[in-house]
Amino acid sequence: MKELKAAFPETIPVLAGYVFLGITYGILMVTNGFPVYLPVLTALVLYTGSLEFLMVEILQSAFHPAAALATAFMVGARHIFYGLSMLSKYRGTGRVKPYLIFALTDETFAVNYSAQIPEGCSRAKYYFAVSALDQCYWVTGTALGALFGSWITFNTQGLDFIMTTMFVSIFMNQWVNDSDRLKEWVDASGRKITWKDRLRVHGGELTGIAGSAICLLLFGPDNFMIPSMVLVLAALTLFRKQMDPVLIEKALVGAGRGRA
Amino acid sequence: MTKEQTVITILLAVAGTATTRFLPFLLFPEGREVPDYVRYLGRVLGAAVFGILVIYCFRNTDFATSFARGGTHGIPELIALAVTIAVFCRKRKMVLSMAAGTILYMILVQVVF
Repeated sequence: MKELKAAFPETIPVLAGYVFLGITYGILMVTNGFPVYLPVLTALVLYTGSLEFLMVEILQSAFHPAAALATAFMVGARHIFYGLSMLSKYRGTGRVKPYLIFALTDETFAVNYSAQIPEGCSRAKYYFAVSALDQCYWVTGTALGALFGSWITFNTQGLDFIMTTMFVSIFMNQWVNDSDRLKEWVDASGRKITWKDRLRVHGGELTGIAGSAICLLLFGPDNFMIPSMVLVLAALTLFRKQMDPVLIEKALVGAGRGRA
Repeated sequence: MTKEQTVITILLAVAGTATTRFLPFLLFPEGREVPDYVRYLGRVLGAAVFGILVIYCFRNTDFATSFARGGTHGIPELIALAVTIAVFCRKRKMVLSMAAGTILYMILVQVVF
């Protein structure tokens, strides 16, 4: 299967991160007195790292069904953004589509959103390969941690930083891609790149960083994600004229053609 | 919690998570025209989300506590961040920048700080 072959190298960073985080999760659940099958089961059906770690506490506290539902929704709210970004990419993927949507974690979104699918590969199969591989890593890591967690002896302190480097690298990838696009458009228009052009073409990235940084300072590390999403959405809506890539391209390339 | 309560709690957590993942696709199923505004969001939200996620990764980094009190001012994180960015800009290979940043960070927190 050529899609699997093409997808595997792209998922190696996730392999490293998920196996390690999965092991941590498996150990945490078992050392808190849960049976070995429970972390594996939640890795299969829940499959969202941040919430699974929270479940360790939730399952040990008093029974609050409404709170569990609300917590799951709040912690997962960022997935709504992923879904909106993947709407067009996941169109026409047929019978694997429900699984693609179910398995849309932070990392799988990252890989599939920035995927350059090779010529001749089926889109649906490629996205499915990435999604299924990623979940395999997560389930395998969790099972390893639950079964053999107490055997690990080498110092893994700091290994979880791999997730940070992954998001930073994807962010930078997005950044240089947008810079390349700007250069292309400006070349077509025959003038120099201005600071305003740069601000506009990186509007999405800058809004994300600034909006969430402001909310982190205002609301603190445990409650800033929802306000961040609201603020970023508002800013993107308000400044569409400045930030929409389609409008930027039209303004730059269109202007160049007009002059020539 | 009893066994039944555990099962219900997990099922509700699954329901809450699935709602966040399926909502956009239920609102805009195949065949229905996606409004222009939502397509615009699709073009810029991806970039914005990665910005948010970068900040999210640093949400628990302690920049305030001084060395005298056992803190590091987030210096290992900032050094590893700078190296990750630098390696990516030079080589444009994600695996390389991730390996460089992570290994350096591990050395910094285990050996140096």
